[in-house]
Amino acid sequence: MNLAAHVIALVLPALAWAQPGPEAVATYGEGPASYRILLRGALDIGNLDPAMRAFTAENPEIAVTLEQWNTNDLAAIAAAACRGDAPPADLVMSSAVDQQVKLVNDGCAQPYTSPATLALPPERNWRGELFGLTRESAVMVYNRALVPPEDAPVSRFDLLDLLRRDDGAYRGRVATYDIEASGIGYLFAFLDSTQATTFGRLIEAFGRTGAVATCCSAEIVDAVGRGDYLIGYNVLRPYAMARAEMNPNIGVVAPSDYTLVLSRAAFIPKAAPSPGAAGALIDFLLHPAGQRALTDTFVNEPEAAATVRGGAAIRYVPLNPVLLVGLDRQKRAQLLALWRRTFPPGR
Amino acid sequence: MRSGEESAERAVSQGSIAARLGLVLALLLAIGAGLIATLAFAYGRDAAQQAYDRLLLGAARQIADAAAPLDGRVVVDLPHSAFELLALSPDDRVVYAVFGPDGRIATGYDLPRPEQAAEGFHNGEITGEKARFAVSPRLFAERDFSGPVTVVVGQTTRARDALARQITERALVIMGLAALFMVLLAIFATRSALDPLTRIGREIAGRRPTDLTPITTPVPREIARLVGAMNRFMARLARQAEATGTIIADASHQLRTPIAALRAQAELAAEESDPERTRAIIGRIHDRSVTLSRLTDQMLSRALIIHRADAVPREVIDLRAVAVQATAETDHDLLASAADLELDLPDEPVHCLGDALSLSEASKNLLFNALRHGRAPVTISVRSEAGAAVLAVTDTGPGMPREIWADAATRFARSSGVSRTSAGLGLSIVAEVARAHGGELRFGHTPAGHFEVALALPLAEAAP
Repeated sequence: MNLAAHVIALVLPALAWAQPGPEAVATYGEGPASYRILLRGALDIGNLDPAMRAFTAENPEIAVTLEQWNTNDLAAIAAAACRGDAPPADLVMSSAVDQQVKLVNDGCAQPYTSPATLALPPERNWRGELFGLTRESAVMVYNRALVPPEDAPVSRFDLLDLLRRDDGAYRGRVATYDIEASGIGYLFAFLDSTQATTFGRLIEAFGRTGAVATCCSAEIVDAVGRGDYLIGYNVLRPYAMARAEMNPNIGVVAPSDYTLVLSRAAFIPKAAPSPGAAGALIDFLLHPAGQRALTDTFVNEPEAAATVRGGAAIRYVPLNPVLLVGLDRQKRAQLLALWRRTFPPGR
Repeated sequence: MRSGEESAERAVSQGSIAARLGLVLALLLAIGAGLIATLAFAYGRDAAQQAYDRLLLGAARQIADAAAPLDGRVVVDLPHSAFELLALSPDDRVVYAVFGPDGRIATGYDLPRPEQAAEGFHNGEITGEKARFAVSPRLFAERDFSGPVTVVVGQTTRARDALARQITERALVIMGLAALFMVLLAIFATRSALDPLTRIGREIAGRRPTDLTPITTPVPREIARLVGAMNRFMARLARQAEATGTIIADASHQLRTPIAALRAQAELAAEESDPERTRAIIGRIHDRSVTLSRLTDQMLSRALIIHRADAVPREVIDLRAVAVQATAETDHDLLASAADLELDLPDEPVHCLGDALSLSEASKNLLFNALRHGRAPVTISVRSEAGAAVLAVTDTGPGMPREIWADAATRFARSSGVSRTSAGLGLSIVAEVARAHGGELRFGHTPAGHFEVALALPLAEAAP
């Protein structure tokens, strides 16, 4: 196979004091590539791997370096690159769409137009600079072996009921994002807070039952699979599905009261060295072949599948400045204060 | 040369009316279009500005409403709805800042503090992109917190520019359609306005060559003048054609017989050997020649007068001079003695508008008739009476019988005395001159009972 991909996984310990940097790096494409583009993404390299292989096979003149980042670190380095304090990437991709919108709003992106971007619906294309490449939903996961079928939650109301049970079976056994550490976690919490009054009761129940806030989607799903936690709340579906495929104990539920659906959003930084090649990558990912490759790793879900599933009410998160509200200094402080009261540090 | 003929037939073209109208209309439309485009652009810009300014201010007010003092600080629970409002311009970037009474930014972007204290708008930039800012202050007067909290919201201008462009474009499209409609209407109007000309052209082209009757096609008032002039012109042509026809007919009818008679007499003379009879024949030839010469003279002078009636411009003429001239030029062979011809002229001039030659010819004819057929002495007199300038010739004979007066002025009237020596053209010439001058030929008797033939013409003011 002439399209060998080198995956160098530099799994760094996710320690609080760690210097911001990529969690892992992979390179695709070899031989005399004219362009080498740098894709910084808040993603699992594994989720994007087939798509990258297909892209470099189709475009041998382009080689791709793929960096896997934590959402907050990614936003920080993209902002630094925008100020000129860090080397710029050619494409920045993240599911923390609020941070992406803020970067574009702050003038860090350059416009890109192609038939594929023009075909996007307005909620997935902001200013011709920020493009929603995928459809991903926020789901709940639970351990099929440890949660009896009659307890399996279908909606947030079910989850509330489980947390309020007198027998305390779920006390300390429910996990969700640490919204301070994870951009996507913060986004989900913010969106929950704007969507329904359920959020207040949920936070209150989390606090009362000692729910666990932890870092990342992958970590939560793995822990649920192992049985460390019984239920994980607000997990990105791609991570859940990828692990549910290997571990039949992991059950995935799209909440039927409402399911948040967002698009992993990408933009080409203003100072990108090879914006044309980055545009080609955007076009490829939006192309049916690219979308199929993303669907295979669950990063994308077909629209039909999303709407049919359990009659869940889809709340699509459009790419627009409304997302800036959650990033407001005071708003964030208020939400984090509420969060800290619920999940006191050091527990 | 054929080409010369063709160019002579072709009218001198001074460009097309349609082209001129088109040019004027195009100019008008171009000026109008420029004006309307400018207005449309200004209107579009203002309308878009107003619409989006309201959204911007609405968002700023909502944020200001959400501000509250807490422990001596400003706390803002940034309202979602404010940003939903701003997201109505979907592709625009947004910045905002909330300033406390101390001028420090409580939350939001690092924007400069607005200079104005009142609610309002200003233009600016968001990282290199044109933007519009709304300022909304809110005054607090609490125990531990007082002073204005100022909210600034800025938004790039893509949506408002697009709306302005859209409004302008629509206005221009509507204007274009209106212009197209006007052009079509103008084409239709021009065609229908010029249609009578085409019809007249067709009518004239379709006529027989001899048809010089007036054009009766109904035409608009503007063209009626042209048609009137053409009709008058054609009437003149018709009169001249008729006169020419008359001359030819007269000549062929009247000259053939006397010339044939002359020839017969001449042949007789050639064969006659007796000198006595030869002399008699030559005498007859001479008589006939004189008559023929007189006839030819009269026919030619009649033709000349008819021609001059239409062709020669009128001038102010003193009839006394005409009478004097006629007397002087009269064939004195006709007079038995100088006393036979008298001139009776007033002291004051008697003016009329006319052609001197025609009038003098007419007077000579009257004199000739009187001398030839009347009884001497013959008087030629000039007078003005009741707005008419009158030149009259009287003789002392009985005159023409009253019953032939009405008929006397027609040419070759038997009763007016066509004879071997006169074709009877004299009075018809006088009548023609009178008609051409707008006057009349009168027969009558003087108070003394003398027969009088008078030429009565409209009296004219003397030339200044």
